[in-house]
Amino acid sequence: MTGAKTMDGGAVLDIRGLTVDFDTPTGTVKAVRGVDIAVSKGETVAVVGESGSGKSQTMMAAMGLLAQNGRTKGKVLYRGDDILGLPARRLNRIRGAKITMIFQEPMTSLDPLYTIERQLCEPMVEHGGYSWSAARKRALELLQLVQIPSPERKLKGFPHELSGGQRQRVMIAMALANDPDVLIADEPTTALDVTTQARILELLADLQKRLGMAVVFITHDLGIVRQIADRVYVMKDGEVLEEGEAESLLKAPKHPYTKMLLDAEPEGRKGPVPDSRPILLEGQKLSVAFDLGGGFLKAPQVLKAVDDVTLTVREGQTLGIVGESGSGKSTLGRALLQLLPHQGRVRFSGHDISNADKREMRPLRREMQLVFQDPFGSLSPRMTVGQIVTEGLLVHEPQLSAKDRDRRACEVLEEVSLDPAMRNRYPHEFSGGQRQRIAIARTMVLKPKLVVLDEPTSALDRTIQKQIVELLRKLQRDHGLTYLFISHDLAIVRALADRVMVMQHGRIVEAGETEAIFEHPVQDYTRELIAAAWQNLEPVGGN
Amino acid sequence: MARYILGRLLSAIPTLFLIVTISFFLIRVAPGGPFDLERPLEAKVMENLQRIYQLDKPLWQQYLLYLKSVASGDFGPSFYFRDFSINELFAASLPISITLGASALLLALVVGGFMGMIAALRQNRSTDYAMMTAATIGVTIPNFVVAPLLTLFFGVWLGLLPVGGWNNGAAQNMILPIITLALPQIAVVARLTRGSMIEALRSNHVRTARAYGLSNYAVVVVHSLRGAILPVISYLGPAAAALLTGSVVIETIFGIPGIGRYFVQGALNRDYTLVMGTVVVVAVFVIVFNLIVDVLYALLDPRVRYD
Amino acid sequence: MTSTTDERDIKPGSAVRGRSLWDDARDRLLANKAAVASMILLAVVAVACFLGPLVSPHDYDEVYREYVKVPASLQPYPRADQVTPEIESVLRRARVTIDELDVESGSFTAKISSSRKIDPRVTRYVDRSDLFENAEIFGFSADETSATVRADVKTLYFFFGTDSNGRDLMTRTLIAGRVSLTIGLLATFVAIAIGVVYGAVSGYLGGRTDLMMMRIVDILYSLPFIFFVILLVVFFGRNFVLMFIAVGAVEWLDMARIVRGQTLSLKRQEFVQAAEALGVDNTGVLKRHIIPNTLGQVVIYMTLLVPKVILLESFLSFLGLGVQEPMTSWGVLISEGSRNVQGAAWMLIFPSIFLTSTLFALNFIGDGLRDALDPKDR
Repeated sequence: MTGAKTMDGGAVLDIRGLTVDFDTPTGTVKAVRGVDIAVSKGETVAVVGESGSGKSQTMMAAMGLLAQNGRTKGKVLYRGDDILGLPARRLNRIRGAKITMIFQEPMTSLDPLYTIERQLCEPMVEHGGYSWSAARKRALELLQLVQIPSPERKLKGFPHELSGGQRQRVMIAMALANDPDVLIADEPTTALDVTTQARILELLADLQKRLGMAVVFITHDLGIVRQIADRVYVMKDGEVLEEGEAESLLKAPKHPYTKMLLDAEPEGRKGPVPDSRPILLEGQKLSVAFDLGGGFLKAPQVLKAVDDVTLTVREGQTLGIVGESGSGKSTLGRALLQLLPHQGRVRFSGHDISNADKREMRPLRREMQLVFQDPFGSLSPRMTVGQIVTEGLLVHEPQLSAKDRDRRACEVLEEVSLDPAMRNRYPHEFSGGQRQRIAIARTMVLKPKLVVLDEPTSALDRTIQKQIVELLRKLQRDHGLTYLFISHDLAIVRALADRVMVMQHGRIVEAGETEAIFEHPVQDYTRELIAAAWQNLEPVGGN
Repeated sequence: MARYILGRLLSAIPTLFLIVTISFFLIRVAPGGPFDLERPLEAKVMENLQRIYQLDKPLWQQYLLYLKSVASGDFGPSFYFRDFSINELFAASLPISITLGASALLLALVVGGFMGMIAALRQNRSTDYAMMTAATIGVTIPNFVVAPLLTLFFGVWLGLLPVGGWNNGAAQNMILPIITLALPQIAVVARLTRGSMIEALRSNHVRTARAYGLSNYAVVVVHSLRGAILPVISYLGPAAAALLTGSVVIETIFGIPGIGRYFVQGALNRDYTLVMGTVVVVAVFVIVFNLIVDVLYALLDPRVRYD
Repeated sequence: MTSTTDERDIKPGSAVRGRSLWDDARDRLLANKAAVASMILLAVVAVACFLGPLVSPHDYDEVYREYVKVPASLQPYPRADQVTPEIESVLRRARVTIDELDVESGSFTAKISSSRKIDPRVTRYVDRSDLFENAEIFGFSADETSATVRADVKTLYFFFGTDSNGRDLMTRTLIAGRVSLTIGLLATFVAIAIGVVYGAVSGYLGGRTDLMMMRIVDILYSLPFIFFVILLVVFFGRNFVLMFIAVGAVEWLDMARIVRGQTLSLKRQEFVQAAEALGVDNTGVLKRHIIPNTLGQVVIYMTLLVPKVILLESFLSFLGLGVQEPMTSWGVLISEGSRNVQGAAWMLIFPSIFLTSTLFALNFIGDGLRDALDPKDR
């Protein structure tokens, strides 16, 4: 092949001028508009872009996996043969044999009804000419290769019995089973905890080195790109904006969008708050237990989500609570706000509010607010933005007239940089970042003292995250707010918080001033978290 | 698993007890009695009848006596069909209803499942629309309209099949009742299968199967249909209980001596034991089929475990 | 500074109007041809049933003895060949002999004679027939044994034919539709009201209350439905409206389950937690966050329940447990029709068309609503 784009004339997979259109009832959506991507033997190519950039659809289209309403144009050359739009029967000689894929959702990408063994063996029997018994032997080797503990037992298990990381390892094993030429990895680590993420990336990089296949790595995370990619394609709105050697492109991006992406690492640090400031929130020996059922005839099962946690937050402080999923950090936040029953004491501006009932809490609610992780789920879908933002006023300032509330809605929307003219629109008409601004506006309308932010940026793209961080910082400055910032994202916590608490299995592992924790972590777990986070972020975060 | 089944069966006893109690008193509260004929009976005859059927005792005694006899498997004598016990009536009619119901169920599962699967694979194309319109017709037209129309067409005009009657279960006498019973079920099964099949075909694990180049059979049958059949099974549990315990309409129109007629006859004639018997039979069927559904579910879906 | 003040002075009316989920759903529903056609059809049926009997020349219980089981036709009755035999039979009954008969279109003149004096009340015999009206007698002979009778032929239309009692089937079908539709709506309304309240309370309170309330539902479920209905017929037999309120009170079980399930899942939604974190009380949460979000399901269930109840009513009528003669419903008419299917097929066909097209329309509207309110399955 003599494609202009191929590096050494040996592109294994060469996508040329690919377009993908979706027919929807509201018109045609152009998801991919003429994309050229090539990958050679032994090379790792990263396709980077934020959600909606068309990076996944490009690869789905290449593999014939689009939804029914998708239409494609262009060429997808595998070793010189165009495979785009081939009938399934012919495409199946390549899919799963020569080109394999790993998906973003390890939790749902395996069939829940069949054993791991059966699913691992299926493509081997289909393409590799294995008998079932030979395939079983190979499946065991593969699980060992991807370093799953007690692989014999896992083979007989079902997907729901494995953790997310283990399932992703099974997917990788499946992808490697037939010694493919190309491995397409579509955000394979996004849904995983940071420490798991780091291990999966290591595994992938190691396997690629040993087995020498070409890898196409789809990701939104530039940190990962630096770590594993030889070449990079930057995509936005269905087009490739920029491509090149990973090192040079990350060092000297040409396109302003790439520059912005690289610049998306949240900046700034927050200085500590003097000990003389009054204590706003105090928790002593807090525990929260969930009843997992059992009971009758069986011993009741109890999960201690928060286990003996003590903390103090001073006015104007931002306390970052970090930890992986299941560490109990969100539960702690809700218990502090008296949204969950707990053991231990909680004091808020001098009042003991431990397990206070709804009526006792009501006057205090306006001073302590909560922002959720999921901006899609936390806004009532059938209320207008104006109604959502001012709902708190109905409770706490019932004397206000509808006109006054409307004015307040305008003010607060402006404060979070949203156009007040949009206040009669509904949440589904806004983007993720805008919705998070609405959620923040809802808390700000009450002029609270304390805001608990529960992963407020995790569902957002990096560039949007940065804007939300800026907004939170501005609001804190303008109103002297106190934040409890719950996040698994250490980079953002480092930028926003002046104190950090590390949680694992419901307990505090380590706590202290932000810089001290990040510069000189004492506990192994903290070190591991930081290493995992900065392994990804090192090239961008090292300013 | 065995322990789970045993536990479920044991927990059915209080439920059955409640059902028996509620219906016993409900039917007794209803105005009228089993011997209120158009021409009133002589006082003496009435008294005798009441004594024979133990209606002269206080209600709570009757209730306890009834509980005792039901617990030993005896539903008592019929008040209306004077020479028969309820057990005899059921022994004659229940097998007929079960034969018809089971055949209809099988037909519904096979035809409906197939239609639903095809419609899902051809989603939003003409085949899909045709199948689903047919299914809507099946759900919509009531059986008391379908039955006379089928009789008219196949019995009167074409003369292919008998117009009615049971004829000791001759095959040609069963065809029309089975089809009439099955039609709405076919429609429901087809719609359910289509819906869950579409969902399954869009799921991530089926995408994986496609991405790994598995054959069409593996994608559609192994990885989609098995999961898609689960909602159909949970629908079929109660549906089976209803089908196997007979249909008044179909038995009336085709003149079939099944158990379904007894609901209406029993209640209208205040045949207390007959009504109670049918209630108990239906309740047992419902309980048993719900259990079967749950067991099947556990067998098909490894995420569901009972222990 | 001035520019921001300007912006803050935006009048409420000048804000961009948003598109609510209801707006989207309505547009999707209106784009669904089957659903729109069904709504039009349903509206036509409803208007016909409620206004039709008012303009119809026949009463629903008016018996035409001369027109028993006449086939549906667009031509007026009586037919030309019916008139002469009827005149003969009527005058025979009046015990007079016809000497000369002259039938024109729209009237007849007959010279009659008798061995005795002719009673002028002969005209009553003529008028009593459904075929004639305005009978008059004149031209008596001196001995009053012969005279001339003249009468108009009454033209009647039976577009759907007549039933086995000689009643106009079209008027009866429309009246029956009134009964069926009213009952469907009434029972559905009762079922929805009970089900929504019961389900929402059970789901929102949760815990032990929920357990108890759902246990009751389970037990009611395992009672044979038909037993229940027949018992209700026994109790309320004479009062049809009351009975259907009772049927509605049985049909609420599904609604209660659906609403409870919705409430449970909504309770876990973050926007409900967000409202609780704002200090909104239970009433506010139910009013602003839970009930508006269950309404979609309720509306869908409602469109599916109406045909179910109509079907149930027809079924009871089919068994002879429904409305009392001379009042009628589609189920009664179909039941009569199925008994006369040989020889009088129109008696089955017309009520069946009305019933099934109504049920069809309701089903298609229900499907359309489901797609419109829950578009993920498109």
